Amino acid sequence: MNAREIILGSVAINKPAPAICPETLISSNKNRSGLIDEFIQMNRVAGGSVIETDELELIKKDINQSVKNREYFVNTISAVGQKNKDINEFSDAFSLASVHKVYMRSKLGVAENGSVWLGESDLVNRLLPFICEHLVIVLDSNSIVSNMHDAYKRIKADEEGYGVFISGPSKTADIEQSLVIGAHGPRSLLIYLV
Amino acid sequence: MANHASMAAAFIKDEARVNWHDETLWYVRHKRDLAAVKIPEWEQLRELASEIKNHTLSHLDDYLVEFEKRATENGIIVHWAVDAQEHNDIIWNLIRSNNISRVVKSKSMLTEECHLNEYLSNRGIKVVDTDLGEYIVQLREESPSHIVLPAIHLRKEDVGKTFHEHLKTEQGNSDPQYLAEAARQSMRWKFIHSEMAITGVNFAIAETGGFVVCTNEGNADMGAHAAGIHVACMGIEKIIPRTEDLGVFLRLLARSATGQPITTYSSHFHKPRRGQEMHVIIVDNGRTRQLGNPDFRNSLKCIRCAACFNTCPVYRKSGGHSYHSPVAGPIGAILNPNLNRRQNADLPFASTLCGSCSNVCPVKIDIHEQLWKWRQDLTKEGYVTKSKKAGMKGMAWILSSPARYRMAGRVVRIVLRFFPSLVPIRDLNPWYKQREMPAAPNQSFREWYLKNKK
Repeated sequence: MNAREIILGSVAINKPAPAICPETLISSNKNRSGLIDEFIQMNRVAGGSVIETDELELIKKDINQSVKNREYFVNTISAVGQKNKDINEFSDAFSLASVHKVYMRSKLGVAENGSVWLGESDLVNRLLPFICEHLVIVLDSNSIVSNMHDAYKRIKADEEGYGVFISGPSKTADIEQSLVIGAHGPRSLLIYLV
Repeated sequence: MANHASMAAAFIKDEARVNWHDETLWYVRHKRDLAAVKIPEWEQLRELASEIKNHTLSHLDDYLVEFEKRATENGIIVHWAVDAQEHNDIIWNLIRSNNISRVVKSKSMLTEECHLNEYLSNRGIKVVDTDLGEYIVQLREESPSHIVLPAIHLRKEDVGKTFHEHLKTEQGNSDPQYLAEAARQSMRWKFIHSEMAITGVNFAIAETGGFVVCTNEGNADMGAHAAGIHVACMGIEKIIPRTEDLGVFLRLLARSATGQPITTYSSHFHKPRRGQEMHVIIVDNGRTRQLGNPDFRNSLKCIRCAACFNTCPVYRKSGGHSYHSPVAGPIGAILNPNLNRRQNADLPFASTLCGSCSNVCPVKIDIHEQLWKWRQDLTKEGYVTKSKKAGMKGMAWILSSPARYRMAGRVVRIVLRFFPSLVPIRDLNPWYKQREMPAAPNQSFREWYLKNKK
């Protein structure tokens, strides 16, 4: 017998009597403006920052500033500027290691924890939102849901090969529980709420 | 043999450090409370999580098969390992057949349980632990003392010294910001050059054949997305049926662990990226045996949040290393005896049975009741010391007879009053360690009552 058969056989013998699977329906009745306020507040708690803006001009300005500063940045949103042609899903860690800033669009925000969902197609390259020094996310304020239950109703986790909830900059408290921002990933997370 | 009591005795010698350890973990527990009370449906979530896990365990073979099928369809290569040896062999074969020398690993308590680092090191492969806390203890050739906060037993000066030796940081500089930056710079290079990334699995979803990994540092993703081969290691109990269940578990996990509403990164892996190999190793290593024991199977519901560590008065004051196991704390004390009864027979006794662990557990494991049950089983099976057994028998003999109980009380009062020099002899009176004896009353409550009942 191989390991698979041994394990499955042993589970079959040892498992308890069938228990029912519960429904996970948990409703929330918060209003929209309450959701936006909660999202902003929770994202701040996680070390991020949120700028509310009516138009994309502010983001375009931000990008122009990056150009002026001669920063190596990657833009994946065509609505706010030219998309990088040099970066694709095959770009390796060596070529991405010096990326200073990345601009990405998220299709979903979660108010209760200030996180945004990024699917593989939003990322262009899976490593990009982790290896960059600063991450900038553009999020439509209408796409903020109340909690994780609502979030999983809106996304299909396996629609793409990879997806991630990101709630702030990379951080650690492993030395004496002192919070340090910028552990291995981005040192900042900025969200433009449009 | 070194046991929990003797190692705890060594740990508490440094009083300032123990007090810091105790207060810091209590602060983390407090943050958990603040996060929990913000969610009106918190108790409902705990109940749901518990029921989902109970249901999953009762259909575990079906869900494992479903997970394997979906994962395989997604392009993930699924392996099965009966024990630690098979788990380690699978990874070693992957390393050998791909001619790999550079391996990074994010936090995985399962690989600690399997002693993977030691196994690979014996074969010439030095795995780099990328979680900052794990990296610190790895440089010090120690083991993690906490499953969420691996270096919580260390002060920043200890880390400063370790980094000065290994990373050439300034001597005497123990600023956490400075030290974390040094680790970041050193680790980036290792991520970029890594050929294989090993990660743990927080949740494996049967219906989609994918898995979720949670970190705050982003180290699991840095490794998994940079390396050509990603190996994710999971115990059979990591399965959950549906993606909607993640809504329940991700709401509970970080709040219970550190008081955060969610970890910085909750990464959902379903397919390897193009050109990458993705492997999942499903490991038993004693879990099916635990599943077959009605008293202890509940422990397999654990999601490794460590809330029970942070709340435990014994853990906070004895430190993780005193549990001499990869998973310490109350949950470790009920998991480890299953792995090795003789080696871990002391652990269920490292508790006051106060029940705080069960109260904070997000999946409602009856931890303190299992501790009590293990004590009975281990005593029956002869795994406790002769002196403890004799002591318990003696106590039972005294307490089962009112006359003997009264006599014993009288003897103790006389000894305390007339022979106080006997009290500090610790071999005779271990209670005296770290404790003052109470002043002996002149009479027992019963004597007082009989005199005053009119």
